[in-house]
Amino acid sequence: MNAVRLLLLRREIGILAAIIIFCAIVGIANPRFLTTDNFRVILLLMPLVMIAAMGEMLVIIARHVDLSVGSTLGFAAMMTALMFKLAPGIPWYLGFAVAIGIGAVLGLINGVMIIAFRLPAIIVTLGTLYLYRGLTFIASGAKQIDRQFIPGPLKAMSANSPTYAFPWIVIIAIAVVLITYWFANHSRLGRQVYAIGSNPVAAPLRGIPVTAVTLVVFSISGALAGLAGIMYASRWAFVNPSNTGWGFEFQVIAAVVIGGVSINGGVGSVLGVVLGVLLLSCVSAALPLLGIPGTVQSAIYGLVIIVALVIDQTVRERGIMALASTRGART
Amino acid sequence: MTTTEPIAPTVNPLDAAPARPLWQVIFIRPVMLTVLLLILEPIVASVFWPQSLDLQYILSTFTLTAPLALMALVLTLVIIAGEIDLSPASSMALTACVFAAVQQAGVPFPLAAVICIGLGLVLGLFNAFLVVFLRLPSLIATIGTLTFYRGLAQVLAGDNSIKLPEWYMGLNLVTVFGIPVPDLIVLVAAILLALLLSATIFGRQVFQIGTNELAARHAGIRTRTIKTTLFATLGVVSALAGMMFVSQLGTVRYDLGLGGELQMVLMAMLGGTYIFGGRGSILGTFLAGWLLSIMTNAMNTASWLPATQFCLLGVLLIVSIIVTNFIYSRTQR
Repeated sequence: MNAVRLLLLRREIGILAAIIIFCAIVGIANPRFLTTDNFRVILLLMPLVMIAAMGEMLVIIARHVDLSVGSTLGFAAMMTALMFKLAPGIPWYLGFAVAIGIGAVLGLINGVMIIAFRLPAIIVTLGTLYLYRGLTFIASGAKQIDRQFIPGPLKAMSANSPTYAFPWIVIIAIAVVLITYWFANHSRLGRQVYAIGSNPVAAPLRGIPVTAVTLVVFSISGALAGLAGIMYASRWAFVNPSNTGWGFEFQVIAAVVIGGVSINGGVGSVLGVVLGVLLLSCVSAALPLLGIPGTVQSAIYGLVIIVALVIDQTVRERGIMALASTRGART
Repeated sequence: MTTTEPIAPTVNPLDAAPARPLWQVIFIRPVMLTVLLLILEPIVASVFWPQSLDLQYILSTFTLTAPLALMALVLTLVIIAGEIDLSPASSMALTACVFAAVQQAGVPFPLAAVICIGLGLVLGLFNAFLVVFLRLPSLIATIGTLTFYRGLAQVLAGDNSIKLPEWYMGLNLVTVFGIPVPDLIVLVAAILLALLLSATIFGRQVFQIGTNELAARHAGIRTRTIKTTLFATLGVVSALAGMMFVSQLGTVRYDLGLGGELQMVLMAMLGGTYIFGGRGSILGTFLAGWLLSIMTNAMNTASWLPATQFCLLGVLLIVSIIVTNFIYSRTQR
């Protein structure tokens, strides 16, 4: 009985229930929502946000936040696309190394400024959000890179599938999720990230190298945003200096906070974030089927962030109260 | 007995910091970065474009920065009180869209203005509800409302631009003593807020909350009331700024003031407001507003792309906050 209650109290169950209820309602309103075709649409919406959300999750667990993921995605995608344009002979898979490398460097720059000058992450990444976006414009000369410059095999990754209905980019996203799961739950570094976020004061006293771990976390966030960047080039077959990754950070943060990652650090699970991304993707896919214009999307993301924050806060306060009452009962 | 005997020091010299020389107290403060840039920038710009030193030109171009500067002045109070609000640019867009839409629907101007300001108050109070009542961290809560408010504006206006009545346009062309009205509004607001901050009990309480909120509450300061007041004021001011802005533009779209949160935070940071609260001045933000206006002009004249300009503003934000933190950490005793 108690085990069942504990299971039901898990945050992930709440999101799962929200997804099922939402899908049922939309499915009744428009039966096309529950077809395999639409399932494929949802599946293709997920990989980019999913990959960036894994990095953002680690950053938020460490009690920071990274607002620059969208611009990092844009910059990495643009540099990779420029490389393909200027040097057409380059093997296409090298693009992955370049995009991930550039993303990691941009993330590291964020981390270094936050650590070295003891600045709040949100202000630094607000600055780099615009800085990286501007650099993208300067590097590209404000011109879009069109589809003929993106290598064919790269574009094929979003269409071809090695197994039933799963294109390569979905498989990459699944791989990233599994690796992040291992990293967050079973590696020493991952547990240290949770420790830093739970109590930033106690972490260094227990011998955790806070500086190094924070730098690694921001680098991972940047690298995953870079990976999402080249997958953007694969998925949409163009890179535009102003559109690519614009407003992406709000989707990512919305997915992460609705996935039950606490903005106060130290709490969050990969499964929750995966469900958060799934819920947001279902909402995005449902809008056109319900005849709601796409302009509503931004308002929904904002509302989702606010609601998720409020839920998180009430759950936290109830948890503290429950803890206090059990302690009171024991003594 | 002679009085030349050394008197035993009652204070360990290591405990008492030597008084800083007066020139350091006056000149080594974060706002000096802005003052320096404010002096340097027009000189550099005037080498390329002689008209950039023309006072009339500077005054007339400041009208475009005026709405953001107006909000940044109130935002300074919020930051000094230890919170932050990233949403005013979005609330400006939403209230301005509503203001234009209801007028297009035939609502007379006075009622439309009341609706617009009332909506601004509601948006500000909603921020306060999240931050003060639910105790969410203001940085992340206002990121949510930043997205939400602008999203609502997008729902309302779609991708269309809404026109305003003919008679309402051109507030920036009206001048009093040769100064355009928007500039005058910012000036008056700055003077009033500076007096509020430095010469009233309320102002000192804002500083106390930002320095140590717990201590302030124990000292009997109504911290929650004051914070709510500040957020609500910022909401109302964003509505006023929106009404001022659309009068100059003539039309309004949902992307009014897009990215304005960067410029507003930048103005406050350049003005020497401490990001963790408790320090800052209205004068600094006011000067930074002028600096940004002149810089934006120079960059526009040089036909820099907007994104390239944002790039420079982003760098400036990080540099200014580093300088501010560095100076405060050196002089804090």
